[in-house]
Amino acid sequence: MAEVALTKVSKSFGEDVALDDLTMTVPDGSFVVLLGPTGAGKTTTLRMVSGLDKPDQGQVFIGGRDMSTLTPAQRDVAMVFQQYSLYPHLTVRENLEFPLKSPALKTPQATINLKVGEVAEVLQISHKLDNKATALSGGEMQRVSIGRALVRNPSVYLMDEPLSSLDAKLRADLRIELKRIQATSGATLLYVTHDQIEAMTMATHVGVLDKGKLIQFGSPREIYENPVNVYSAGRLGLPRINILPADLFAGKPTNAELIGLRPEHIFQGEGEDATVKRIEHLGDQTRLHLDFKNHHLITVTEAHTLLKSGDNIKIQPKQPYYFDAAGARIF
Amino acid sequence: MAQIRIENVRKDFGDFTAVQSSSFTVEDGEFFMLLGPSGCGKTTTLRMMAGLELPTKGEIYIDGEEVGMKPASQRDIAFVFQMFALYPHMNVRKNISYPLKSQGMPRAAIKQKVGEIAEILGITEILDRPVGGLSGGDRQRVALGRAIVRDPKAFFMDEPLGALDAEFREHMSEELRALHDRMNATTVYVTHDQLEAMQMGDKIVVMNHGVVEQFGVPQSIYDWPATKFVAEFIGSPPMNFLDFQGTAGKGATNVSFGNATFEIPRLLEGQSGDLTFGVRPEHIRLDDNAHFRGEISAVEYLGTTQIITLNTMAGIVKVRSSSSNKVLIGDKTGLSFDPRTVTIFNARNGQALKSEANNGVLLNG
Repeated sequence: MAEVALTKVSKSFGEDVALDDLTMTVPDGSFVVLLGPTGAGKTTTLRMVSGLDKPDQGQVFIGGRDMSTLTPAQRDVAMVFQQYSLYPHLTVRENLEFPLKSPALKTPQATINLKVGEVAEVLQISHKLDNKATALSGGEMQRVSIGRALVRNPSVYLMDEPLSSLDAKLRADLRIELKRIQATSGATLLYVTHDQIEAMTMATHVGVLDKGKLIQFGSPREIYENPVNVYSAGRLGLPRINILPADLFAGKPTNAELIGLRPEHIFQGEGEDATVKRIEHLGDQTRLHLDFKNHHLITVTEAHTLLKSGDNIKIQPKQPYYFDAAGARIF
Repeated sequence: MAQIRIENVRKDFGDFTAVQSSSFTVEDGEFFMLLGPSGCGKTTTLRMMAGLELPTKGEIYIDGEEVGMKPASQRDIAFVFQMFALYPHMNVRKNISYPLKSQGMPRAAIKQKVGEIAEILGITEILDRPVGGLSGGDRQRVALGRAIVRDPKAFFMDEPLGALDAEFREHMSEELRALHDRMNATTVYVTHDQLEAMQMGDKIVVMNHGVVEQFGVPQSIYDWPATKFVAEFIGSPPMNFLDFQGTAGKGATNVSFGNATFEIPRLLEGQSGDLTFGVRPEHIRLDDNAHFRGEISAVEYLGTTQIITLNTMAGIVKVRSSSSNKVLIGDKTGLSFDPRTVTIFNARNGQALKSEANNGVLLNG
């Protein structure tokens, strides 16, 4: 396994700047999740590391080696894409064996069998090993394509939204499995998603990307509890953080323009009046949509609250974040 | 606007029964969710309510009138499909006016009506734009406008937000619900997304394999599922199931398995044999003094809360706890369950046993 480093990488596609002077280090043995909406530069970053695209400027290092002149095949990376790509004429077993059967590797058949068996078990496809790849459901095909990466022992795994085509139950299972495989094998994994649950639950480090720039890099907890700007604060947390004019509440620091209040960081029972506009019972908790000085605010309360729409409650900030006019965190 | 009542509705397609026997009532002005996995019969049910399919058996009443065999055109409902279906060669105003024009409404009246609708939807400024250049959100508002403009008795929507990405979806679902709250139009909405159903619905029907599993308000269904299917389909992570062999007697206030005894709400019916102890992740506490033990196999950080997965002798258990509780993979700990929240299921047919806690909810279903 190896460290991956990008230094001052820029990449444009015509007019569009996909990556803008991106510098980032994926530590050896870490599980790094790149998080951001469509167009943030997540997939482009992955393609730079894999060698499928070349930077306009800057360099990519894997295990300290400059990758500039190396082809994807020479880089010793294993990729999993959102769209599974299997060999349709081969069985599941043959698909999984394929990366190990490369003549250069000379892997003994017994080792191959063992490895394929293990991976199939983890991905819950043991019973389908002798099926043709084309006879699988979409979810099963995706598990095979993840499996094909896992049978190898590359310097780094690169994964681009590998779970997004799976149903909720399987996604929840595989989140735990991927995390476990990565943690126990010590693999370096660079993973792209726009799903914040995946980022929070699996990552050792999250890289928050916006318009080709790295905004923040840290553990999920650091990013959740200590965001560097408004954008980063809005990436993690459901319901999303409330961003409001700072002067709506008393006690703002000078030059604070915006206040960021996570829904669970609004104290109820003291403070100023807010009107409950709508109540959503989600089962384990209840969301309150509030009208506060003509601003819309979401907070959460216990599941069996007796509040109903039209009620007035008193609220005040608890652990607010303050941002300046440019959106940078100042307190 | 209208009340809609479904009684013993069945639909066969050849040998395949899509809907076995559905009964439920959509009250006037409700936002009503038909929820279930793909193939459960929810879309077929909606299509029968709309008149796009005719039921094999059973009755459908709209405002007391039996309409089961009437075609869609005579039911005065508006069906909103995946919302992006607009007439591409017409501008926004013409798209919204179209249903009124085809009804023969005078031009002045159309103009006024379209103006009102545009106001409600916040699209007054774009009325004279071609639909080609509109953002996804505006296209969706126009499609809605076209459905609303006729003042139909009810709106039927089939996964209208299904094709959208998560962020936009959340925004549009709030907007749709707010629109409903302004207009109070009876709305029946099909989805496979349990969170969307909980979030938007006044009431939910949960379907599986063509059968209505449960019908009621979201919180009651979440708290007191009628079947294991509902308990697992609603909630994320789903309800924990601890399978055991034993007896849950009528009048019992506890059950025993795994060398421990657990308090439960007083049972109103008894069952012995294969049973399941059901408890939601947020109703379990890590408690070193508890007899029932588990070993932590995964910890998932979620911001203020975390999901802790444990292996126990009765299976895997997931616990939701505050993320300030420091726990480590490999730790062994006891687990205690909030006795007021437990449901006991007959594991053979998946039905919840009636107890003092869930009886009221199950009677309504």
